[in-house]
Amino acid sequence: MKVHVQTEVNGEAVEFLCDPTATLLDVLRDNLGLRGSKEGCGTGDCGACSVELDGALACSCLILAAETQGRSVATIEGVATPEALHPLQSHLLKSAGLQCGVCTPGIVVAAKHLLEEDPNPTEEAVRYFLAGNLCRCTGYDKIIRAVLDAAAEMRGEAA
Amino acid sequence: MSEAMDFKVIGTRPIRPDGVDKVTGRASFGADFSLPGMLEGAVLRSPYAHAWIKSIKTDAALAASGVKAVVTGADFPQVAAGAIEGGEGGGDFADLAGNVIARGKVRYHGHAVAAVAAQSRAQALAALALIEVEYETLPAVLSLDAALAESAPLIDEGLMTSGLAEPATAPSNLASVIEMGNGDLDAGFADAALIVERRYQTPTVHQGYIEPHACVGRWGQDDQAMLWCCTQGAFDVRSMTAKVLGQPVGSLKVIPSEIGGGFGGKTTVYLEPLALLLSKKSGRPVRMVMTREEVFRATGPASAATIDLRMGFSQDGKITAAEATMAYEAGAFPGSPVGPGTMCVFAPYRIANFRIKGMDVLVNKPKAAAYRAPGAPQALFATESAMDEAADKLGIDPIELRLRNAVEEGDSAIYGPKFGPIGLRACLEAAAAHPHYTKAKDAGVGRGVAVGFWFNVGLQSSAEVHINEDGTVTVIEGNPDIGGSRASMALMAAETLGVPYESVRVVVADTETAGFTNVTGGSRVTFATGMAVVEASKDIIAQCCSRAASLWSTDEDMVEWRDGAVHPRPGVNVEAKPLSLKDLAGKAGRTGGPLLGKASLNARGAGPGFSVNLCDALVDQETGQVQVKAFTAIQDAGKAIHPSYVEGQLQGGAVQGIGWALNEEYVYSPEGVMENAGFLDYRIPVASDLPMIDTQIIEVPNPGHPYGVRGVGETPIVAPLAAVANAVSASAGVRMTELPLSPPRVLEALDQA
Repeated sequence: MKVHVQTEVNGEAVEFLCDPTATLLDVLRDNLGLRGSKEGCGTGDCGACSVELDGALACSCLILAAETQGRSVATIEGVATPEALHPLQSHLLKSAGLQCGVCTPGIVVAAKHLLEEDPNPTEEAVRYFLAGNLCRCTGYDKIIRAVLDAAAEMRGEAA
Repeated sequence: MSEAMDFKVIGTRPIRPDGVDKVTGRASFGADFSLPGMLEGAVLRSPYAHAWIKSIKTDAALAASGVKAVVTGADFPQVAAGAIEGGEGGGDFADLAGNVIARGKVRYHGHAVAAVAAQSRAQALAALALIEVEYETLPAVLSLDAALAESAPLIDEGLMTSGLAEPATAPSNLASVIEMGNGDLDAGFADAALIVERRYQTPTVHQGYIEPHACVGRWGQDDQAMLWCCTQGAFDVRSMTAKVLGQPVGSLKVIPSEIGGGFGGKTTVYLEPLALLLSKKSGRPVRMVMTREEVFRATGPASAATIDLRMGFSQDGKITAAEATMAYEAGAFPGSPVGPGTMCVFAPYRIANFRIKGMDVLVNKPKAAAYRAPGAPQALFATESAMDEAADKLGIDPIELRLRNAVEEGDSAIYGPKFGPIGLRACLEAAAAHPHYTKAKDAGVGRGVAVGFWFNVGLQSSAEVHINEDGTVTVIEGNPDIGGSRASMALMAAETLGVPYESVRVVVADTETAGFTNVTGGSRVTFATGMAVVEASKDIIAQCCSRAASLWSTDEDMVEWRDGAVHPRPGVNVEAKPLSLKDLAGKAGRTGGPLLGKASLNARGAGPGFSVNLCDALVDQETGQVQVKAFTAIQDAGKAIHPSYVEGQLQGGAVQGIGWALNEEYVYSPEGVMENAGFLDYRIPVASDLPMIDTQIIEVPNPGHPYGVRGVGETPIVAPLAAVANAVSASAGVRMTELPLSPPRVLEALDQA
């Protein structure tokens, strides 16, 4: 038996039928065609599937799609506007904070959440906040710098 | 190349052409593709590390709900032995085929036994449980010692050791032996004032790319097939898959997706032949995606190694003799990187008297795959640990000790060829002068130094440069962009053509569109494919000169290319305004048709890469935990085309090496089951483990490349193992010789000290 779910994704009302065992990540990717969220582990260890659920940062591989009934989901696809990238996205590009890019959507979603909670984080705070987002290419250096630069720009300081 | 080149765009740091796609989630990776009517595939994997397969019954699975096809080893053709060329890991096609799906015997826990395609993944997984396999288990061989023991169970009953002076008379788990040497070893050791002799050990580790292997395969009734997959080499996937399936290469089209990391581990095939055969049987496209657990259990670990090293030094620190016996685990099929390991182990130094023996040893673990500078990190961990110990015992600064022995241009490498211009000395001198090295250490902190080395390769590449009708440029090439290579290609095309970087777009094309191109590996892409892009751009320039001459009714030798346009040569009596690429693009139809430049080449003259790493580490005496307090990676890049992405290679390699040194290892049960097959328990470094990774790029131009490039991708992972271990040994006050330097191991060493 499939479950009928009505929810909101990136500010738009959506509805779908899913298996009771389907994860939010499965439904985002396979039912809704939103494939920016990636499955790196399926066990909540890598952060590549990071989304916000009612404003809370979460691994979408650990959430059942049926749980999102009546709630609000935000994914990487909703981060940039038609006019512009989010400052985090621009600074990741400027700093070369990605190599293969597969962890990048999760990093953007998680770092955006951090900067909304703490607009002026220390390097250490960024490192601990992003400890759940694995990157195997960069050694994190340029990612951390991009987040700090984006935070400075968002505070109106010269980055 | 000229000594002082005046670059316009090379050496700048523009945004990569594929950047916006990758920060917005729009880029399509291996698991992001689908086709109408697509089925989902899943693999049944061996629950035993070593067992005979007595029988496989698939009837119940095939009859299960939603199931459209089942394949086992019996469905695949027998593949004859034959060397795989051009891949980073090398190896043999028969072994590759045997690894893709077991026939007769399973050789490691996780070895593929059967595969199912069904309408949903849940149905496919349910069907796997209905496949009945009868096994007869055998003892698992899990270590080098166990594998080489007199009465060891045989993993391959027909395996006769190659490389022996006398042909082997009985099968064993020793696949091959390599020996090389020079000079008089005994005399060299007799001259030594100090001999350092130790056994060094490194564990089985994984490349740890974040994107699991994934593909979509479609087989047509005309026997033409298509594969979409994440790979470091679409042409390698094509040749390997065609071979495993017994099909002509031309019947298979491989479309490389964006690739979510590879580090050598995506230079071979696992799922691709299974997906295609399932597609052939079902008449439907089939998608297969590995779980993280499958990635750990069934793909690419890097070889565990045991290296017995003996090095002799004179009182003033000159190496008088060196001997290494190196055993590398191949996994379940021959092909560890012990060969390159033996070539690298003493490569940074002038050594008159040496002997090196390498052994490729089968164990019941997944077949080893290439991992960034395959074989070199293990080898240089040993040598650079011994160098550190020697410096300490001789009272010589560790950088100075290395300078006294460092190879230079004109020296013969111990593996044969003469070195051209190389940057080892420049890296060592930069390290000695670096603020990281000259500043005082904090209390309790140990400082480690180590040298890294990798050959770098050339191999075959193709490129096309298309000039669009408005003068913008499209570059077509065949190397998946694993870390910003589109930007490097665009920079080299823009530099050569004298056009803005922004006017160049780079397309990574499929095997029917791009000319044949070897794997993205061996640190070859910016060097070799970059060379092809430069040559194809020069082809455009030659065509532009010819067309301008024709428009000006003059001879080709009366015109020249300068600043992105054709000019009459100075002093030539032609009245004409220079013709830019844009001008000529607009006149293409009237001057002979579209402007299309091509190059295909087998690149020679790859310049070897040297590095020096500095590490400050602090050991917690209570817990044995190690904190890396500072890390500096210094490396010769020849010429950094896009310095940010060169720095990124240095930083990423450093952190993979730090993980290898401190945390990472496959933990096995006595039965040969990996007990930590997930990112929670196989712990790769996370952001909070690390400091910033400082970098310094040295540029000793490689004369083998038009802009001086030497590969930079692999060398960065070579030095960190010893740099970290030397720092930890200094902080702990005890010499650490077995990786990883995990808290229990460090505590044990502290207790025994």
